[in-house]
Amino acid sequence: MKYSIFSLARAALSGHKNWQRTWRDATPKDRYDVVIIGGGGHGLATAWFLASEYGIKNVAVLEKGWIGSGNAGRNTTIIRSNYGLPGNTGFYELSMKLWERMEQDLNYNAMVSQRGVINLYHSDAQRDAYARRGNTMRINGIDAELLDLAAVRKMIPFLNFDNARFPVQGGLLQRRGGTARHDAVVWGYAHAASELGVDIIQNCEVTGFVRDANGKVTGVETSRGKIGAGKVGMAVAGSSSRVAAMAGLRLPIESHVLQAFVSEAIKPLIPGVMTFGAGHFYVSQSDKGGLVFGGDIDGYNSYAQRGNMPVMEDVCEGGMALMPMIGRVRLLRQWGGIMDMSMDGSPIIDKTPVDGLYLNAGWCYGGFKATPGSGFVFAHLLARDESHEEAARFRLDRFRTGAMIDEKGQGAQPNLH
Amino acid sequence: MAGAQTHRLGNGGLVDRSAPLNFRFDGKAFSGFQGDTLASALIANGVKLVGRSFKYHRPRGILTAGSEEPNALVELRTGARREPNTKATTAELYDGLEAASQNRWPSLRHDVMSVNQLFAPIFVAGFYYKTFMWPAKFWEAIYEPAIRRAAGLGRAAGIADPDHYDKAWAHCDVLIAGSGPAGLAAALAAGRAGARVILCEEDFVLGGRLLSDGGMIDGEPAAEWISRTLAELAGMPDVRVMTRTTLFGVYDGGTYGAIERVNDHLPSPPEHQVRQRLWRIVAKRCVVAAGAIERPIVFAGNDTPGVMMASAMRTYVARYAATPAKRIALFTNNEDGWRTVETALGAGLQIAAVIDARPEISPAHRSLASKGGFPVLHGSVSGVDGGKDGVRKIAVSLTGGARAEVEADGLAVSGGWNPAVGLTSYHRGRPKWRSDISAFVPDGAPPGMVAAGAANGDFGLGACLSQGFAAGAAAAHDAGRTGNAGSAPVADDEVFSLTPLWHVAGKGKAFVDYQHDVTASDIELAQREGFESVEHLKRYTTLGMATDQGKTSNVAGLAIMAAVSGRSIPETGTTIYRPPYVPVAIGAFAGHHRDGTFHATRLTPSHHWAVEQGAVFVDTGLWKRAQWYPRAGEKDWLESVTREVKAVRSGVGFCDVSTLGKIDVHGPDAGAFLDRVYINTFSNLAVGKARYGLMLREDGIVYDDGTTSRLAEDHYFLTTTTAKAGLVMQHLEFCRQVLFPELDVQLTSVSDQWAQFSIAGPSARELLKQIVDESEDLSNEGFPFMGAREVTLRGGLKARLFRISFSGEMAFEISVPARFGDAMARNLMLAGAPFGVTPYGTEALGVMRVEKGHIAGPELSGTTTAADLGLGKMMSTKKDYIGRVMAGREALVAPDRQVVVGIKPTDETRRLRSGAHIIPKGQTPGPGNDQGYVTSVCFSPTLNQWIGLALVERGRERIGEIVHAHDPLRGEDYDVELCNPVFYDPDGGRQRG
Amino acid sequence: MRIACSFCGERELGEFTYLGDAKPVRPEAGASEDEVFDYVYLRDNVAGATSEYWYHGGGCRAWLKVTRNTLTHEISSIEPAAGAGAAKVGA
Repeated sequence: MKYSIFSLARAALSGHKNWQRTWRDATPKDRYDVVIIGGGGHGLATAWFLASEYGIKNVAVLEKGWIGSGNAGRNTTIIRSNYGLPGNTGFYELSMKLWERMEQDLNYNAMVSQRGVINLYHSDAQRDAYARRGNTMRINGIDAELLDLAAVRKMIPFLNFDNARFPVQGGLLQRRGGTARHDAVVWGYAHAASELGVDIIQNCEVTGFVRDANGKVTGVETSRGKIGAGKVGMAVAGSSSRVAAMAGLRLPIESHVLQAFVSEAIKPLIPGVMTFGAGHFYVSQSDKGGLVFGGDIDGYNSYAQRGNMPVMEDVCEGGMALMPMIGRVRLLRQWGGIMDMSMDGSPIIDKTPVDGLYLNAGWCYGGFKATPGSGFVFAHLLARDESHEEAARFRLDRFRTGAMIDEKGQGAQPNLH
Repeated sequence: MAGAQTHRLGNGGLVDRSAPLNFRFDGKAFSGFQGDTLASALIANGVKLVGRSFKYHRPRGILTAGSEEPNALVELRTGARREPNTKATTAELYDGLEAASQNRWPSLRHDVMSVNQLFAPIFVAGFYYKTFMWPAKFWEAIYEPAIRRAAGLGRAAGIADPDHYDKAWAHCDVLIAGSGPAGLAAALAAGRAGARVILCEEDFVLGGRLLSDGGMIDGEPAAEWISRTLAELAGMPDVRVMTRTTLFGVYDGGTYGAIERVNDHLPSPPEHQVRQRLWRIVAKRCVVAAGAIERPIVFAGNDTPGVMMASAMRTYVARYAATPAKRIALFTNNEDGWRTVETALGAGLQIAAVIDARPEISPAHRSLASKGGFPVLHGSVSGVDGGKDGVRKIAVSLTGGARAEVEADGLAVSGGWNPAVGLTSYHRGRPKWRSDISAFVPDGAPPGMVAAGAANGDFGLGACLSQGFAAGAAAAHDAGRTGNAGSAPVADDEVFSLTPLWHVAGKGKAFVDYQHDVTASDIELAQREGFESVEHLKRYTTLGMATDQGKTSNVAGLAIMAAVSGRSIPETGTTIYRPPYVPVAIGAFAGHHRDGTFHATRLTPSHHWAVEQGAVFVDTGLWKRAQWYPRAGEKDWLESVTREVKAVRSGVGFCDVSTLGKIDVHGPDAGAFLDRVYINTFSNLAVGKARYGLMLREDGIVYDDGTTSRLAEDHYFLTTTTAKAGLVMQHLEFCRQVLFPELDVQLTSVSDQWAQFSIAGPSARELLKQIVDESEDLSNEGFPFMGAREVTLRGGLKARLFRISFSGEMAFEISVPARFGDAMARNLMLAGAPFGVTPYGTEALGVMRVEKGHIAGPELSGTTTAADLGLGKMMSTKKDYIGRVMAGREALVAPDRQVVVGIKPTDETRRLRSGAHIIPKGQTPGPGNDQGYVTSVCFSPTLNQWIGLALVERGRERIGEIVHAHDPLRGEDYDVELCNPVFYDPDGGRQRG
Repeated sequence: MRIACSFCGERELGEFTYLGDAKPVRPEAGASEDEVFDYVYLRDNVAGATSEYWYHGGGCRAWLKVTRNTLTHEISSIEPAAGAGAAKVGA
């Protein structure tokens, strides 16, 4: 069913009684060409690109709960492509370009809003690091601007410029960055993939892998029975280690909790996305009016999907240091998601040592912005059996060879990335 | 003069008629009394319309009398203290209070945006996902700005919050949430048993529902029992009762978050007092006696001003002596709702009718009805006739199909009660369904937490008292307090007979989530479109996501979803409950960590002296370091820094370098230990000598560098960079304790114990001679380059002296106990005067290190290897050390890595900038030829041009090559020559001299 | 979260720094690149009870080996980490 203002108006005449399910409620078939484990943004995007770009439509997406119940539904909705290292830069820009055409691709309004992302700097050293990064972006054809203090003051006059412990000196701005409505991304991919014949199977938990005599993965065991597969792709960030363990794999990944927060809805207060450079705080304002903000991960391994107060305080301290006008705005809700923290802070999209099993993991806290790009290159890998050129560095063996993609330079210490 | 309180009863209630308070709502003057909330005062003045809804801008009145309020949100206060979305139902009235309604223009009565109601057929749940897609550019330009302006509720102040917030810790045995009968009984029992008790009550008066519903306890009226109980609690020194304090979250290890609204009941906090205080309470046990929340019934027109929760209606009448209506109808599906009738009749109000959805009512109520002269209609409310001025008529569908109409100006609604399951569910425990009360009750509460009374689904007064008391006694016992708790207070239990009724089908909008305008038909639409999971339902319709956090809407919403999807309510389940229990000001979580006190400030030992010198300071981590020392007449920083560098290179200067991390390494195995943490060898370092050391992370990447000296056979003095001071200590302790326990070595952080100064320049030795005791031999033979030893200063003070150089000049670093740092700076100035001594700051320090080609922070980026930095030869092949094996991985030893080289512009007048990229000359910049970047630059006074360091692919093989510096961010492109990174005195003669 | 330091008693989370899994043992000198790679990079990343290193940097500077459930954050045991990661020479 085509969504538009016209279909909406027509539906209104019949009291909205004729809308169909946004995606078909599929029951599992015996076998698919490709089975994707994980009905989050990445898994669903992979399925959609398999069907739309690579003509592989006999695809199932298996979701243990409800689609979008993992990190796709639990993030701060930021999209950007302001990365500084080869491997990341091109990939995230590929993703950004896909964001820019998402609504038309999917016939679903994911509210992709390019209101800009600014990373503030507070020291010469930080400015230099941003200059290096911004120049990388420009060399890769990505928009980036280095703003000085006067320009930042003009753009966001309400920051604490004059009474700050670490005064703002400027910022790195990507105007094409912004936000998207996270749940709508999930539903949009589900809707479009389902229209192309992809089976989306909820409440279907993978409990094991089916392997042939040579060890090749030929399907999955699930809470809804055995499902055969030509290839199996994992897109279960947050649970990657647990699912990989079923295939006997240990990954260079730890699971950590990242908290995020939303305030009560208020009238428009801040324009785009801002990142504080002297503490752990980044913020945007949702279309509904809530300030959506977060900071650092709690710092210890966790699957509990909730965090503790020190980080909550740390984040609010950062917020108040940056813009003390939010002191009386109330924090409405806090939540925690489980991050696949990789050993260099960058993702892994690769074949695994197990034949027939493909891995999409290690997104740290940056998975949301990668959603379309991740789906695109993972579909490429599954369809062609070789990495897409923009994902060629996201190899699983890079940790073994030393070709890490370590934006923060923190090394094999996941909680520092 | 404020208007009369037309809707105030002549007597009764907990308001102080002797303390009238004036206030303004939307600019209009009113008066109320001490003890009012803003909501009760508005009601006492006959105000019914208080707000507009989020989407349709429907007129809304006051629905509840507590923190669950979805409608009556106001902007409280003005100017910098304006607080959007403040619940009128919890805002205490004070004299001079100013409040304004929200989300309306130009006025609350005449809101242009209520035109949205015309589009209601289109503005259904999720409509925006289906449209606003074409053309793509219109989203940011047209659609979204309009949506954003329309959305949101109140307006934030937009200027810095002028108030202060505190953060505090408290510890107790038993923490109690709520001061209703269960909470007070729990406090009594725990207190008597000898427990340290903290009781938090969000209201400003203690007693909970007893304040509105009364009752008899231990044979006396509830009010008297409350006073007696509070008196007893006040006599217990270890019991702390906190009003205006909401327990909002539970975290790991028995840590709880609470927010105390210390001064929100005043126009502004008294001087030197905080507005609010964030409590982190560590409790061994917690009793949740937070009560229950009455739930609405969903029917057409249920959002008309004048429709109010039945319990709230009697709260306003009984506690505040304010009458929301003169002629009241009650719509209930349970026995409890009838208490509102009793209260209203007691206050002399008229009852228009009772609409009871149950087939039977009790004989007592039947006789009440006949005595009161009002009809009891068996059926449901199917519609409300009214508008912004409130309810006028109520349409009733009688059981059996007939219809009736009731004329009333107020409709009290009771759909039953939902225990407040928030706190008990915050560790992802899912509440369980109890069919006898048709409500979810706590299950899977966090360790140490138990719910009691209404919060546990047991609503009778007797049950609340006995459960609360038992829970308090058990909690005290579990916490090891075994005193005699005595006996529990006793009361009768009321009957709570309920026939579930969630939704009355009918024509017209029937609201589930008032604030977000989610209707019953929105839920049906969500189900039709496949959003059947409650989490999908929430996200698709925004049900329960408003500032009331779904306290009145969630259960009704999922009950309707259960009905339309053919599942039971427990099968449908609840969404995950998220803290905080009530919204909490962001400022409170920050406390004093804002402005200049956001983070601590560390001052170097010579800081105050440097201030006197007029130094400009730079933030380096938490440190304030002197960046340069401007002199009169100097036009900019560059002139000052250039002078400082020249002074050092031609005479002598000094710089406070106390911020470096300093670690004493003691023990017979100290050398062996250092051999394992550094890539080079220290066990063979002679006593009295210093050596530069480089340490790696276990992944083979450089971690930190610094000079380490051997002061005695079993004593090394290790220095780290300023940035890594704490982290290196942590790392070394890990190595010592966890990895190498067999080594006999001890580590002591002495960073703060020593003030350290670099004294550099050709005259450094002459200056130093004026400082140290005459017996000390400072000659090149007696104390050569890289010497290190303890020396005695004139006057007898012991100091540590190191002949090390970062500047490339003959230089010393001298450490004195930190308390002598200030005196040392002053002494150096005095003693150095004959040599023209010049204090220099971090900028000059940085210039000289670039001239000398030393690596620092920008090169130690966490991605460079020792070889990248030109220090590969230091990597010992004769021993194991942290990072050795991983450093040998193929990509880390690849020949095309980016390595440190020097750069200088071919145009000697050109300025360099860090962050520019290096591209082969003559090529168009692109990802394929981006060969590195500039890490550090400076204007070199010595070379009289800008110079820099860069990380460049195969850089050392390309010395002499002209490459292109590409800096599109700053619009700069120029040629630079790759060169030896050591620009100054490459053979090191000066520092050895 | 609160951690009962073996030396200082129960203290608030903020006093401690987390490192990670305490199961891997540092390979002895002469170990292969593969063995060290495994030690440095691969993790079981257990959902459930797991032992891990915490540093009491805000207190006594002891490294502790804490057994904690990653699903509930419940801590079941705490001991000094002395020698916990040392190569088992000759093992």
